[in-house]
Amino acid sequence: MKGVRYYPGFLPLTILCLVVLYAPLAVVAVYSFNGSASITEWGGFSLRWYTDVFTGPEAVRFGQAAWNSLTIALIAATTATVIATAAALAMLRAGPFRGRQASFALINLPLMVPEIVIAVATLIFFSTIGLTTGYLTILLAHITFCIPFAYLPIAARLEGVEGTYEQAARDLYATRAQAFRLILLPLLMPGVISGWLLAFIISLDDFIITNFVKGAGMETLPTAIFGSVKQGIKPNIMAISTLMLLVSVLFVTAAYLINRKGRQAPATPGKTT
Amino acid sequence: MAGPGNIPPSASDTGYRSLIGPLLLPTWAVIGIFMVLPVLLMAVYSFLTKEFRGGVIWDFTLAAYDQFFVTRGLFGDEPAQIEWTYINIFWRSIWQAGLATILCLLIGFPTAWFIATRPAQTRGLWLFLITIPYWVNLLIRTVSLKFLIRDNGPLNESLMAIGLIDGPLPLVNTNLAVQLGLFYSYLPFMVLPIYAAVERYNFALSEAAADLYASRWATLREIVLPVVKPGIIAGCILVFVPSLGAFLAPDLLGGAKTFMIGSLIDEQFKGSQGDWPFGAAVAMILMTLVLIVLLLYARAQTRGATR
Repeated sequence: MKGVRYYPGFLPLTILCLVVLYAPLAVVAVYSFNGSASITEWGGFSLRWYTDVFTGPEAVRFGQAAWNSLTIALIAATTATVIATAAALAMLRAGPFRGRQASFALINLPLMVPEIVIAVATLIFFSTIGLTTGYLTILLAHITFCIPFAYLPIAARLEGVEGTYEQAARDLYATRAQAFRLILLPLLMPGVISGWLLAFIISLDDFIITNFVKGAGMETLPTAIFGSVKQGIKPNIMAISTLMLLVSVLFVTAAYLINRKGRQAPATPGKTT
Repeated sequence: MAGPGNIPPSASDTGYRSLIGPLLLPTWAVIGIFMVLPVLLMAVYSFLTKEFRGGVIWDFTLAAYDQFFVTRGLFGDEPAQIEWTYINIFWRSIWQAGLATILCLLIGFPTAWFIATRPAQTRGLWLFLITIPYWVNLLIRTVSLKFLIRDNGPLNESLMAIGLIDGPLPLVNTNLAVQLGLFYSYLPFMVLPIYAAVERYNFALSEAAADLYASRWATLREIVLPVVKPGIIAGCILVFVPSLGAFLAPDLLGGAKTFMIGSLIDEQFKGSQGDWPFGAAVAMILMTLVLIVLLLYARAQTRGATR
């Protein structure tokens, strides 16, 4: 007799779950190497659509969109990480204080309000204050919704680092800045890096909010792809999709490995996290 | 600077107490200005008068909510009746999001259970496999799904090739496609909280039930499900809430018959056909709905905690 942990059919359902999650991505990745101009017929293995992405008629448009996406993600993730790190220090290293609950709710607000509602509200706000929608408005919106995603891994890591290290440093006449820079920050680094990576991916991923606040003529990769797909799925879209898929997988794998390495290093002796 | 007078007052305080203000100021400023203020402004907008070609006139009116709930006939001269068009769109969205949530639960629970009962070394890898797709661009995932299930797409072609069906299954532009899209978008949100609950589950309870001649499924129903219920409810909310306001899955996979709240809102802000106050009002109604769900959840949680 099998143990109480076993339920017949749960393994097949898990495999079904993984197949459903991966099959569409795998199919698109395979078809991105299709030599035929038709998306239905298989015309042999070819890299022509990858060449098309970089040199074809839409190369300039997608190149500009990719540049916008990358720079926005870079600036938004970095700004959000700095803001989130500061917030985490106050939330977890300053003891109880008035407004802590409210601050916690505020940090998590972007996760609780539906994206489409944030999109509408942000558009209305920029329009009212008379800020022309474009690169800057996308950037401001991205910084805002990236904060909770950067905060979560940083706070999780900070919770696992006990205050005794900094206290020891302070006892040995380190200034608060030195104790932070030389002791806490290195210990906190795995959390900071995974927070940054997740914020970066989230910014790169966003479509709904960007679509509302981007203004005419301004495109990020998702809005450019959406515009293309509205006229039908073309093979070059599949090549772009596969490239973006690769970037996402690389980033998440990096975040996962850094996190695991961080967990193996004893941030808190005698206590396993 | 260090000295007896500088010893932190508590173990959790390592000298940041005096910096609470400056450390939290950026968060309050950014989220306050670019999220709280806009949402408040949106509430105000929903009571303004629409201007043609998009935008508003600053005259306060209930017209947007009136348009949502009340109809007075085509020419506005009939007695007021309930307007069902938009309520039906909300109802359909709730229904679609609900079905997608059930679908996620039916596949997500066994998956979460299976992963949580793996040896500790392989558990992380399984979880990682489940979470990767979540980090892949949602637009790309939705487009990929459409590519796979379209009329002459790989799924239909292979099913026809093995002779299971004669003609292509019309999947795209149906309710099923939208549910599949929502399921595909948010499945990891169901698996992760249930996994966390099952991981904490004390399997001695199951063993006790088995010793008392309970069948495997009776144990699942009577013992396991009540214990891991908080995880299941959290998963359902994490899937249901974003599904309700989803835009990409209904827009790309659905057709006119699967029109959902997200598309209704989106339409009000596109081009000169738009109606900003009405769009703001629909967004307000959606947000209220979501807040009610979250409040019910918070209340159920605190009640569960005090018991």
